[in-house]
Amino acid sequence: MKGSNRGGKDSRGTRQAAHELERYEALFATRTRGMKSSAMREMMALTERPDVISLAGGLPDTSTFSPELYAKLMARVAAESTARALQYGPTEGMAGTVRCIVEVMEEEGTLVDPESVIVTTGGQQVIDLVCKTLIDPGDVIVAEAPTYPGAVPTFSAYEAAVEQIEVDAEGMPIDALEQTLDRLAAQGRRPKFIYTIPNFQNPGGVTMSLARRRRLVEVARERELLVLEDNPYGLLRYEGEALPTLYSLDAQSSGGGGAADLVIYLGTFSKILSPGLRLGWAVAPRPVLEKLNLGKQGADLCSSPVTQMFVAAYFEERGAGGNPHWREYVQTLRGVYGARRDAMLAALGEHFGESARWTRPQGGLFIWATLDERIDTTDLLALARDSEGVAFVPGRAAYVDGRSGSSSMRLNFAGVPEDEIREGIRRIGSAMREQLTLLGSLSGSRAGTPASDAAARAGSSRAARKPGAAKGAEQGAAGGAQDAAEQLADVVALPRRERSPRERRRSDR
Amino acid sequence: MLKGGRSLERSVSLRSAAQVQDALARLGHEVIAVDAGTQLVPELLARAPDVAFLALHGREGEDGTLQGLLEAIGLPYTGSSPVACMRATDKLMAKLLMREAGIPTPAFHALREESIKQLDAGAALPRIEEDLGLPLVVKPARGGSALGVKFARTAQELPAALVGAFSYYDTVLLERYVRGRDLAVSVLGGSSATERARALPIVEAVPREEDFYDYESRYEIGMTTFVCPAQLPAQTTARAQELALETYELLGCHGVARIDLLLDSDGEQLWVLEANVVPGMTETSLLPQAADAAGISFDALVAEILASAFTR
Repeated sequence: MKGSNRGGKDSRGTRQAAHELERYEALFATRTRGMKSSAMREMMALTERPDVISLAGGLPDTSTFSPELYAKLMARVAAESTARALQYGPTEGMAGTVRCIVEVMEEEGTLVDPESVIVTTGGQQVIDLVCKTLIDPGDVIVAEAPTYPGAVPTFSAYEAAVEQIEVDAEGMPIDALEQTLDRLAAQGRRPKFIYTIPNFQNPGGVTMSLARRRRLVEVARERELLVLEDNPYGLLRYEGEALPTLYSLDAQSSGGGGAADLVIYLGTFSKILSPGLRLGWAVAPRPVLEKLNLGKQGADLCSSPVTQMFVAAYFEERGAGGNPHWREYVQTLRGVYGARRDAMLAALGEHFGESARWTRPQGGLFIWATLDERIDTTDLLALARDSEGVAFVPGRAAYVDGRSGSSSMRLNFAGVPEDEIREGIRRIGSAMREQLTLLGSLSGSRAGTPASDAAARAGSSRAARKPGAAKGAEQGAAGGAQDAAEQLADVVALPRRERSPRERRRSDR
Repeated sequence: MLKGGRSLERSVSLRSAAQVQDALARLGHEVIAVDAGTQLVPELLARAPDVAFLALHGREGEDGTLQGLLEAIGLPYTGSSPVACMRATDKLMAKLLMREAGIPTPAFHALREESIKQLDAGAALPRIEEDLGLPLVVKPARGGSALGVKFARTAQELPAALVGAFSYYDTVLLERYVRGRDLAVSVLGGSSATERARALPIVEAVPREEDFYDYESRYEIGMTTFVCPAQLPAQTTARAQELALETYELLGCHGVARIDLLLDSDGEQLWVLEANVVPGMTETSLLPQAADAAGISFDALVAEILASAFTR
């Protein structure tokens, strides 16, 4: 056997793998129990293959950004401020960046005081810092159901108890929110914050109506509750009228100074400029802002000045039409993504047909589809990936309990060209039909049972499958929905398991 | 060092491989790590290693494909031969052989996806339910992780469970559910022409959650507690090890394998579930723990498995 002597290497001697396990396990903080990689995440890692059409990622299409412009901006930063770009910056962010943020917020119809802004390393960091600032183990966060999959591990890491409220076509039903708040109050508990993605939600695609926004702000003010408004896609609107941010509605109500009292706004450059920049921001009430600042200092000292100066330089660029380049770029993205959304909706109509329901987002990157409730989209992903070559995000990823949402999926239409979208949906449809046909043969019933019938049966069979889920479909449809929204309510009407705090905590680990 | 691959167990394989790689290096070997991808064969031919240490879990790594290929290019490799891999990896085949040989395994039936379409095999479900009782364990005949393993608690749940399992392979086992304790018996054998296989101390996997010992709890630190050696009466331990050896020999395994058993909640009956011919070597895996309990260091374990490549 060939051998080269590696005697100098530090040997573990007789410590064995099992002892290694114990050795480290005893050191890990309790909160890491909630930090687990999931089988699904592992499967997702396998979807990044060239032969697989991925409708899974939350990726914007960065090939739309001009390399020449990129070079030009970097050159400008180099010429003007290399030393500054390469130096540490202030934790709260550089003034030039804050000006850009204020400009973006203005475009969202929201006036912000620069002093209320903190620049962060991506919007993701805001979620982390807000949890770091506000959440003790066991504290309650109210979130939508489904919710942004990327928030789920963060909530778990801080050992939050998350209450998810099913959305319907108009977002989170506020009466359901109030019922939840009342129920918590009866237990002597209140949420530290309500987490919402009001515009073209990731993953649900739905948008919170104006009436509900106003009501949410009212409820927050009545009960002195913080709201974390996560708005990555607000400017990526393809139809309809822009709605005021919760932040601006709260600022109006608060009267003095134009700053919101109870809404923390989370913004990001990821979808309107670039996710690789890792640049986002929070706008928050001053005392909260100070804690976020301290938390950020402990996390990364400051967000990259190289990146910040790049963004500042970018915002000074004029586009071909003479307008600020960043606005023209967003306009371009709207065009590209809007067309892709339409392509996906058409493809869904053609290939999913009667077998599923899906949301019709007015903007953003995602469509949320719900299939026959007997289909588990995690299994479907395995089948679709291997036999068809397409990937999506199984609905479970959007639920803290990792079990709900099992018949739903999140589809990203922004990341690939239209022909791949059409082909990808065709492939998923093919895999789905294979499963429905099989189900039909095995159940002795008609194949392709529409989701609405399935939802009606949800009560009995879900109750059988998940002990403790006593109220399947009734709760699911309890969105207080108007007629127009009722049909779509079926799509996103998902079972909610009544869980005790102890059970909840256990499953959050 | 062959690792990775394109199966659902890729990441586990990479972790196994990392541990083994370090050990091989410590043993003084020159290690070339090769991720099993589209350039595998050309790369192996170009680099011409002396031996391949296999750490590929899942499909291609465990079903004999890779082993057959390595034989074709004349490269010695660790572990079981192609035919033994086929027997072990196909759970249906393994169970049929066990049943025939009188090795106790939970009662079962199998369905092929095609037969549902062509022969309306679905009509047999009521009889299967009657025979095996409920709840039923439904699992793909191939696929070594718990992804795809379903429980059907009621007859209504069975179609969805089957369809889920069929997502992973076209043949599905329906198996009587046995409640009991999870025991893993690792077997080392064939490291020299004269030495018989031997069973290592038993590892019991006790899940922290009441739910099924699933993919997540298997591989993440803190989700399962392992007890090694398992706390069992001496007689039970001996019987379990004996069954493991019988299974190992029946399937024709070589080098190393891990046989998973269940001790029925009646405390008496042992059931053999399956054999794994490329057992995990991660920090949370059962084989390294068993070896440790037997006084075999990780490096010695790796050395012994490596030696098996030359003693077919």
